[in-house]
Amino acid sequence: MSGTNSVVAIRDLGKTFGNEGSQTVALSGINLTIQPGEFVSLIGPSGCGKSTLLRIIGDLTGPTTGTVEVNGKPAARARTDRDYGMVFQAPVLFDWRTIEANVALPLEIIDMPRARRVQRIAEMLSLVELSDFARHHPWQLSGGMQQRAAIARALAFEPRLLLMDEPFGALDEMTRERMNTELLRIWEQTGTTIVFVTHSIPEAVFLSSRVVVMSARPGRITKVIEVGLPRPRSDETRELEPYFELITEVRESLKAGGHGSDAGTIADEPLEALQ
Amino acid sequence: MIDRLRYYLPTLAVFVGGIVLWEGAVRALEIQRFLLPPPSDIAAALVTNRDLLMAAGLTTLIEAVGGFAIGLTGGLVVAFATSRFALARGALMPFAIAANAIPIIAFAPIANAWFGVTSPVSKMMIVAMLVFFPVMINTVRGLTSADAASLELMRSYAASEREVLTRVRIPNALPYFFTAIKVGATLSLIGAIVGEYFGGATVALGRIIVESASFLRFAQAWSAIIVAAALGIGFYLIIIGIERVAMPWHASMRGQT
Repeated sequence: MSGTNSVVAIRDLGKTFGNEGSQTVALSGINLTIQPGEFVSLIGPSGCGKSTLLRIIGDLTGPTTGTVEVNGKPAARARTDRDYGMVFQAPVLFDWRTIEANVALPLEIIDMPRARRVQRIAEMLSLVELSDFARHHPWQLSGGMQQRAAIARALAFEPRLLLMDEPFGALDEMTRERMNTELLRIWEQTGTTIVFVTHSIPEAVFLSSRVVVMSARPGRITKVIEVGLPRPRSDETRELEPYFELITEVRESLKAGGHGSDAGTIADEPLEALQ
Repeated sequence: MIDRLRYYLPTLAVFVGGIVLWEGAVRALEIQRFLLPPPSDIAAALVTNRDLLMAAGLTTLIEAVGGFAIGLTGGLVVAFATSRFALARGALMPFAIAANAIPIIAFAPIANAWFGVTSPVSKMMIVAMLVFFPVMINTVRGLTSADAASLELMRSYAASEREVLTRVRIPNALPYFFTAIKVGATLSLIGAIVGEYFGGATVALGRIIVESASFLRFAQAWSAIIVAAALGIGFYLIIIGIERVAMPWHASMRGQT
């Protein structure tokens, strides 16, 4: 089922944490193929392994069983080839670097010549509308601006794949909605494939071309929902009838998964800490 | 300029006020001069003995700075070596932390015996020991305490160990390192002077303090203490200056230009 062109191809993936004494099955029987240019959200309650799945795609941790291919290569190879950019929940900007120097970090590591680097940084900062803040230090920027800088950094070496782990989870609702609109603009401008982890149903529906619904214990995919909302999406999208219908559909699917309740969320917290 | 003056004015006022109070109290309460000489006597002793004090200050400063350099170098070398190897770190750190907790200054007479009581090397070795442990412990902490997310970010770039070291671990260690050498700067003068208390070249601040006190020349002893204090403050200020240049980004430096 995975085309040769797929950006991500996951087959029969499972992940188990712990030793023989106490084992926790974090992920089980995961199959997922993502095509170029898709925007795929992974949504589910805490402890469903959605962040773990993202980290396995990025080879930040390995699977226990099954395989992951990125751009047709094993995930480890894709990482050393710098095939993807990663955005974490925290911006992870270095205080000792200015914003432009933070964006330059991955370019320094791939030894991009200085002249091209300077040009590339300028492009990236203009893409995320931070050109005026190039010489600022991270602590001088708001949370939303810091996360935009992190996105610029992740896109700096033009990866075909962008992995985002609840990037707007720490932002207030208004900023989050604005960031969502901006992210879609960047996605449309760059044509990058995005895998996006979130626990916000409206965010997943608004952004995605497909929403992958997961459930906990063990973490598995319970449903994949196609989001056919027209593009480009804007604030008006959030008022469309189909938008609300899709939100309801995702919510129902999460409930059907059985671990969507608040009690379950709290009980699953220790597992999240393991990841 | 005016703003700066206004900022430092209260400090200056307290300083001048303290001196005046001291002078006034000694005179008004007729405190015995050998118990607490008035500032004017100490100032006079500073002027009279300026050549001796300059030479003695230089001797002590060389011991302190020389020992500081040895301890700093040793601390950094061991810190970088052990930070690479978790096993070596696990084996060495408990001893380093224990050694840092003992009063190393107690070894001063022994160091004098080992390296020659008249040689500046014996004082440098005491100072080096005092400086070594805080520098080593703090640098190891700084090098190994980079947050997990930063390291994962570097992993996502497939960055080499060397790149992680130069771009994450070393900048992350700078605040820890400067904390250690600020302590080290103060310890280095303490080490040198206390080392001198137990014998050594006669033209040294520690010797002047001990000998003046035993001959009840307290104004002279105080004048040597003032020189030692000035050296300590000067050394500390130089390190703060370097710190500002090295990490203007750090939270403690923000809002200062």
